[in-house]
Amino acid sequence: MGCEMEIEQPEDMDIVLSSMWPEDINEAGRQFNVERPGADRDMLAEVTINKEPNIVDFKRLMELANYSDKGNWQLANLVKNWEYKQANAVRLLREELDNLSKQQQEVELKKLEILEEHRFEKDGFGGDKRPISILDENLKYFYQDVPRRKNDVIFHGEKVEIEAEYDSIIYWKQRVGHLEKLLEASLRREQVLQEKLQESIENLERQSSPVEELSQVLERADNFLHFVLQNAPVVIGHQDKELRYRFIFNHFPSLREEDIIGKTDVEIFSGSGVKESQDFKREVLERGLPSKREITFETELFGAKTFLIYVEPVFSKAGETIGVNYMGMEITDQVRKREKMAKIREEMAVQKAKETELNKTIHITEESMRAKQMLATMSHEIRSPLSGVVCMAEILSTTKLDKEQKQLLNVMLSSGDLVLQLINDILDLSKVESGVMKLEATKFRPREVVKHVLQTAAASLQKLLTLEGHVADDVPIEVIGDVLRIRQILTNLISNAIKFTHEGKVGINLYVVPEPRKVIKQGSQKFSSDQSANTRKNISTSQNKQYYNDIYGDTDGEGTCENDVRNNVPNSPVGNEAPMEEDKESQSKPEEPVVWIRCDVYDTGIGIPENAMPTLFKKYMQVGADTARKYGGTGLGLAICKQLVELMGGQLTVSSVENHGSTFTFILPYKVSSISDSSDDQDELSDMENQDNLDDGDDDDLRSGVFLFPPRTLGSLFSSQSSGRIQKLSYKGDGLLDDASSPSSNITYNETSSEEDGHVMESSEFKTSPSPKSDNSNSLETNGDNLNETSDIIEYQTEARRASSSECSSSNSPGVPKNELKPKILLVEDNKINVMVTKSMMKQLGHNILVASNGVEAVRAVQRDIYDLVLMDVCMPVMDGLQATRLIRSFEETGSWDDAVKAGIELHLPSPNSSPNLQVEKPMKRLPIIAMTANALSESADECYANGMDSFVSKPVTFHNLKQCLQKYLV
Amino acid sequence: MEIVGQLQKQFVDFTTSLYREGILDGQFVELQKLQDESTPDFVCELVSEYFQDSEKILTNLTTALQQQVVNFKVVDDHVHQFKGSSSSMGALRVRNMCIAFKSLCEEKNLDGCLRCLQQLKHEFYLVKNKWETLFRLERQILEAGGAVPFVDYRFY
Repeated sequence: MGCEMEIEQPEDMDIVLSSMWPEDINEAGRQFNVERPGADRDMLAEVTINKEPNIVDFKRLMELANYSDKGNWQLANLVKNWEYKQANAVRLLREELDNLSKQQQEVELKKLEILEEHRFEKDGFGGDKRPISILDENLKYFYQDVPRRKNDVIFHGEKVEIEAEYDSIIYWKQRVGHLEKLLEASLRREQVLQEKLQESIENLERQSSPVEELSQVLERADNFLHFVLQNAPVVIGHQDKELRYRFIFNHFPSLREEDIIGKTDVEIFSGSGVKESQDFKREVLERGLPSKREITFETELFGAKTFLIYVEPVFSKAGETIGVNYMGMEITDQVRKREKMAKIREEMAVQKAKETELNKTIHITEESMRAKQMLATMSHEIRSPLSGVVCMAEILSTTKLDKEQKQLLNVMLSSGDLVLQLINDILDLSKVESGVMKLEATKFRPREVVKHVLQTAAASLQKLLTLEGHVADDVPIEVIGDVLRIRQILTNLISNAIKFTHEGKVGINLYVVPEPRKVIKQGSQKFSSDQSANTRKNISTSQNKQYYNDIYGDTDGEGTCENDVRNNVPNSPVGNEAPMEEDKESQSKPEEPVVWIRCDVYDTGIGIPENAMPTLFKKYMQVGADTARKYGGTGLGLAICKQLVELMGGQLTVSSVENHGSTFTFILPYKVSSISDSSDDQDELSDMENQDNLDDGDDDDLRSGVFLFPPRTLGSLFSSQSSGRIQKLSYKGDGLLDDASSPSSNITYNETSSEEDGHVMESSEFKTSPSPKSDNSNSLETNGDNLNETSDIIEYQTEARRASSSECSSSNSPGVPKNELKPKILLVEDNKINVMVTKSMMKQLGHNILVASNGVEAVRAVQRDIYDLVLMDVCMPVMDGLQATRLIRSFEETGSWDDAVKAGIELHLPSPNSSPNLQVEKPMKRLPIIAMTANALSESADECYANGMDSFVSKPVTFHNLKQCLQKYLV
Repeated sequence: MEIVGQLQKQFVDFTTSLYREGILDGQFVELQKLQDESTPDFVCELVSEYFQDSEKILTNLTTALQQQVVNFKVVDDHVHQFKGSSSSMGALRVRNMCIAFKSLCEEKNLDGCLRCLQQLKHEFYLVKNKWETLFRLERQILEAGGAVPFVDYRFY
């Protein structure tokens, strides 16, 4: 800028001079980032500047200005700036002077010239001369000079044109006139210049002193800073090397000058952050390097505030630090926002991580569910053809075979059975784990269940073992729970016990225990340790909520129940009436009491080694490789039992002494049946009633809690029952046939045994008293021997199965000797198309079939007529196949259709009178009911068996399956 | 005879394609086996019965799903019926669609059900169309004096 001006100046001197200050100040002001002061002044005038916020220790400022580098430099700048301005002015004036002196020279030169000329002329003209002013003559040139410079008009050495004759008087006169005029003009100009010069000098004098100028500049800068900073959340300060404030701008309003100046941070404030900021400043002071830091203050004075602090050291000329400049900006809001953001971001990250985790879990769950479903479906698909193979082998085993063939066949059957069993177990497990398993709350009699299970086991027993059962008297006669599952658990445990016991006894103890709160907790802990199953269990738990509600009822109820039970205990030995009345009393209360029943299944078998305990309930785990080889089995049985027990809210435990035996214990809650007992004995407990009719002794059996099955020789007649596991294929049928065909033997026996032992045996200790009925069992044995003597028993399971089929045929043949009539087949199916297809297939097989389109019709048809076989669809409207089957089975067991009536089926009237015959005969013969199922999981074969069906064919029905089935059941 | 031969080949190809595309499965072969001299039109009758039945079910389903408050139990029952008959007929793709439909019913997924119904209809009319073509071919072969070849599912 300055340079440019220098170049321009010669041309427009006066203009340049007037504009010099603003330009210069601009330059000088640049140090402070101040804009044109001219404009600023107006701007600032409008603003009232609050000068208060800064407090200055002027002495210190002086010191600073004098000693600190920065102050020096600033001062130097100001001085330099002023010097520069002055130098500029001087230079301009000097130039002006130069110009003037140059002109003067020229004028003098001209004058000399003119004088020369005149002298020459004088010589030439002689006398006629007038003195001519030298100046006059010279001014002509001067005159010419100035306008040229000023106006760029060039006057060439102007010659005065005179028309008169040269050297005449007129000529000279004219010439003199001209010259005089020129002289006059020249004089005038000189005067003007003189004035101008004078003016310039005056002007120069009028100019203010540098100090004044500087302070003006400073004030402007100061004002400007105030204007900019007055509302900013900024504190600016300077502290000396002891960190005492020497200057502060925008200090906290309540503090006065004496509160700040000369004091340190720590002296002024107290609270967190103050010390830190002081330390920080000291650090900067020591290190000599500017630095920034964010400090959060928590002071009494202004509360919680965060400042971003910039501290820079101030050096003296000698390079020592003499203090710090300090600038702080309040950023509390920003920090808060930033922290909020960070928090949100963190939360988002966590959320995201969770989401990912969840997705992964969901994915895994879905995968495993799919795998399970797949497994179940596959199992189902495998089971159908496999059962075909096994059935055929069974049929083959009834034909005439030599000994070796028989052995081979037996191996084949046992292998087939094992695979079937495995598949059934897998299906069961996947059902529990996938939460498909639904629990039902039905009324049942624990004594009956124990009896049946033992009966069943005894029937298939291939060893010299005593089977015993003891139900404590305080166990209610009727309870509510999922009897099918409980039976499954019991059967499983019993068959396990039998499997691992070679001599001695196997038994069941049933007795009431107080609600095991701790035990339950333990149970659930164990539960959760098995993580994979856990989630599914929860699912199933929620699904079975209704079941639990049914079972547990109100919490109050449990208390009453326990009381009732205790009340019952002393009464029990006296007789059966007393507890009944107690029960009635409890029933009058609205709550339905819950009773916890403990069931011990004990044996005197090989026991379980300690090291095998932890894996005992794990899937596919057996005690050892030897065990698997020696005893077979899938290793799934106990896992299923445990899962079922836990599903029902109970707990399964085991205790064992190696080589002495094991005891499996499960504790389950049951709701005590409230509407049972006396009044309902007639309607609901129809089977009991009927048994009463048939056999008076049964009434006692209802409450007798002792069952004993002494050892028999191998292969008795009623061992048609296969062992528990195998039963799944055909157990219900055989079991019930057992019940139906041999009630007199067992029940009468039980009656006596209860009379003998009932009073004595309240505890779980149970003495064997085999003798009294040995005759009875012997007679049975002989029958059994007849049937079984031909076979070598390689595997008792096989044996049992074969026995079952042969027994079946034998029982059929005497009743209807070589039935020449076509067997009567009932198809229960609601789907028209399916009916057409099945009918057509049957026709090809040479059978005509009758059709019922739902469970109700089926029950009616069975009531009206005698059928040889029922093909029963499971899923049907009005009444499904499972219920219909249960009703039919109930009739077979009890000889009465009361259950069916209760289920709302209107039956044909004539039966009560005409049926006695039927009632006697019919229960003897079990009607084969074959389920037709479409879905492995929802209508699994187990459910069919559990509900009393004998077998199943998977849908869609194929010719081959149907043929097989008929061959098996229509002999 | 040439025409018969061509028709027979066409018939075999067509039947094969039905199995290969999964429109029909082995159950249909079962049904064909049931047909003999005494019941020459058994399959045809069965199929037309199936058509009638299915169309009724589809109408019922459409109505059931249009209710203000959809009763999924009713829907499920209809689908179950359809599944049963389709399964017996060997209409594999219809059956599979029914299975999917049933699970949507269980979820009470109305949108899913409505979509599935459309697909179900599509599958049903597809198999209906195919069967009609099959029987037309069969008739043509018989009219031309030829024997309807037996195509065993297992070979495809």
